[in-house]
Amino acid sequence: MLHAFAVLLGLQLAGEALVRAVGSPLPGPVIGLVLLFVWLVTKLPLPQETGAAADGILKHLSLLFVPAGVGVVQQLPLLGTEGWKLLAIILVSITLSLTATAVTFAALAKLMKIDSEAPERKQR
Amino acid sequence: MINFVDLWVYLSGSTLLWLTVTLVAYIAADAISAACGRHPLANPVLVSVVFISCLLVLSKTAFPSYFAGAQFIHFLLGPATVALAVPLYRHLPEVKRMFVPMIVALIVGSVISITSAVLLAKWFGLSKLATLALAPKSATAAIAMGVAEQIQGNPALTAVMVIMTGISGAIIVTPLMNALRLKNYAARGFAAGLVSHGIGTARAFQVNPLAGTFAGIALGLNGVLTAILVPLLLPWLLG
Repeated sequence: MLHAFAVLLGLQLAGEALVRAVGSPLPGPVIGLVLLFVWLVTKLPLPQETGAAADGILKHLSLLFVPAGVGVVQQLPLLGTEGWKLLAIILVSITLSLTATAVTFAALAKLMKIDSEAPERKQR
Repeated sequence: MINFVDLWVYLSGSTLLWLTVTLVAYIAADAISAACGRHPLANPVLVSVVFISCLLVLSKTAFPSYFAGAQFIHFLLGPATVALAVPLYRHLPEVKRMFVPMIVALIVGSVISITSAVLLAKWFGLSKLATLALAPKSATAAIAMGVAEQIQGNPALTAVMVIMTGISGAIIVTPLMNALRLKNYAARGFAAGLVSHGIGTARAFQVNPLAGTFAGIALGLNGVLTAILVPLLLPWLLG
């Protein structure tokens, strides 16, 4: 677990360093994601428990949003005046994007006759 | 005899108290969600955030003292973003098969999500800061906060918009998809992850494992695409 965590943190650090070095518009963790993905695809050696460590941290992904969410207490003055507008905009915007995304995906999959279940699955 | 005031003063300033409160509140909220049969309204993030916020307001605790403890959980958003490469790689066969529908839906969804938020904000006459905070709202928190820094927005306000978007999406996605009579769970999950990032992905996993997988993929892809699109689209949308 220790090795796997070192890989995740190391790649995030590499991502942050790359972002600063080249002035990339992408945040450091996203570069870290891309680096890990390339690492997996090229089948370079990785600590065996990397998959389990990733599953562990992703299993409780919603917990990680709680501290930032509690930041709402700092925004109460703004939310008091603009809160209902913000909520209305979010609701309209997500209804449009949820519908557009799901309908586009399902319509194209149907048009191209693609079944969503894959025959074989990679384990790592 | 113990002086409770002194004890409270000591504990409320310690990082351990608020770290523990965050963890315990989430465990309790998750148990409530399970007891409600994973009803969308019993969202664990919503319940924990409301509970902890009330606690902070009632105990007159300033957010920085809370965050001094909770930052250890918040910090994990970074490595969690990196970890998204693992499910993406594992489901590479599905991703390759669904490549065309996914990429088209990704671009359509991401552009509509950013454009509609910014245009509506302009239309409602919102402040510049609120408009900038809404633009990357569908990206996962770590990414959206990074984007906010780049566009001279407010990362803390952006994080709150991200969480509001995540929770609202997780609540409406199931009834909305049922109303649209969409039975393709890959498509439903993909939409949930694209719009409502990690919170939508957690919701999709509650409904269906295939939906959860595609939500995770969408969360990763839209995180990257939002980081690219927001700085590109913003001058044009605001101009």
